[in-house]
Amino acid sequence: MQHHSKFGKPSSLPVKTIAVLSVFLSVIILMSFTFKNGSKISNTKLEMMNKDSVESVKAFMDVYRVLMSPRCVNCHPAGDVPLQGDDSHLHLMAPQRGKDGKGINVMKCSNCHQPTNVAGLNMPPGDPNWHLPPANMKMVFEGRTPNQLARQLVNPKTNGNKTLQKLIEHADDGLVKAGWNPGEGRTVPPLSHEEFKKAWITWIRTGAYAPRP
Amino acid sequence: MITLNINKKNYNVDVDPETPLLWVLRDVINLVGTKYGCGVAQCGACVVHLNGEAVRSCVTKVSRAVGQKVVTIEGLSEKNDHPLQKAWIELDVPQCGYCQSGQIMSAAALLRENKNPTEKDIDAAMAGNICRCGTYLRIRKAIQLAAEMQRKGIKIP
Repeated sequence: MQHHSKFGKPSSLPVKTIAVLSVFLSVIILMSFTFKNGSKISNTKLEMMNKDSVESVKAFMDVYRVLMSPRCVNCHPAGDVPLQGDDSHLHLMAPQRGKDGKGINVMKCSNCHQPTNVAGLNMPPGDPNWHLPPANMKMVFEGRTPNQLARQLVNPKTNGNKTLQKLIEHADDGLVKAGWNPGEGRTVPPLSHEEFKKAWITWIRTGAYAPRP
Repeated sequence: MITLNINKKNYNVDVDPETPLLWVLRDVINLVGTKYGCGVAQCGACVVHLNGEAVRSCVTKVSRAVGQKVVTIEGLSEKNDHPLQKAWIELDVPQCGYCQSGQIMSAAALLRENKNPTEKDIDAAMAGNICRCGTYLRIRKAIQLAAEMQRKGIKIP
């Protein structure tokens, strides 16, 4: 069956149906791209958001104070033995990092470090995911200057393959937060977790600048 | 009531889930081969296997062992014939003996993962087991002897 459009050109129903379907299909494809780009957009926004080197460096120095506190640096040692205590001495018994950061055969972290803190003064602190960074990416904090640490933290090749978005999310990681619940006899980092998270996000969103060397 | 599987046997125990596993083993089930040393996971006298891992039972809540397999020194072998036990006897390793069940349980976990440990491997693995009598040199030799027995075909359970 044939009919005419108002412009008088001949057309057919199947052609019209195909056209309508094409429009629908295009809309669906466009929508899928929009959703796909959602994370990209946020990343792009993240990278471009209010770059401000002064504010960024200022925020990082607060971050640095926390990351260099015993609660953070003790599990980011320069060697392959974790540190211990508020004076960051080498962990008694010299447990080793191991390949995956969870210790070696007899000396696995979880053999002593339970899923939760053990009650009592200076008893082993706990977390279900207690570990050091793995041997192939040690993410050392110990001895790092602010410049070195900031550069290390934003580089996926040295930060555990994290994007800036993943870095922001890392502030709420269970083991990171365990630093503020260290068990009896240990100090907490110099800022609250809330203050740390604010400084961390500010540092990243204002450009993740590194302080001068 | 808590059910524990210890040395392939089930035990029903009426204890607080927060109780250290060591307390339950010794005081409730009467498996006293595992020793209390420091109570703060520093000495290794209380090592038992939890699903094969050499955990310190003095800081391990009994709730962590529910549904898992616990092996104590009493269950390491059926006839006290684990290569480590044979090597320990062969070399007269213990002096006072207090730390030895923990030493053997740690060594057993090592030999399961490393069939031919070097002296350095042994020192690294056993660094958390303290012996006040200082039997370390004999412990090291006995682990190497047990490893040799194992290589010659005495199966490690």
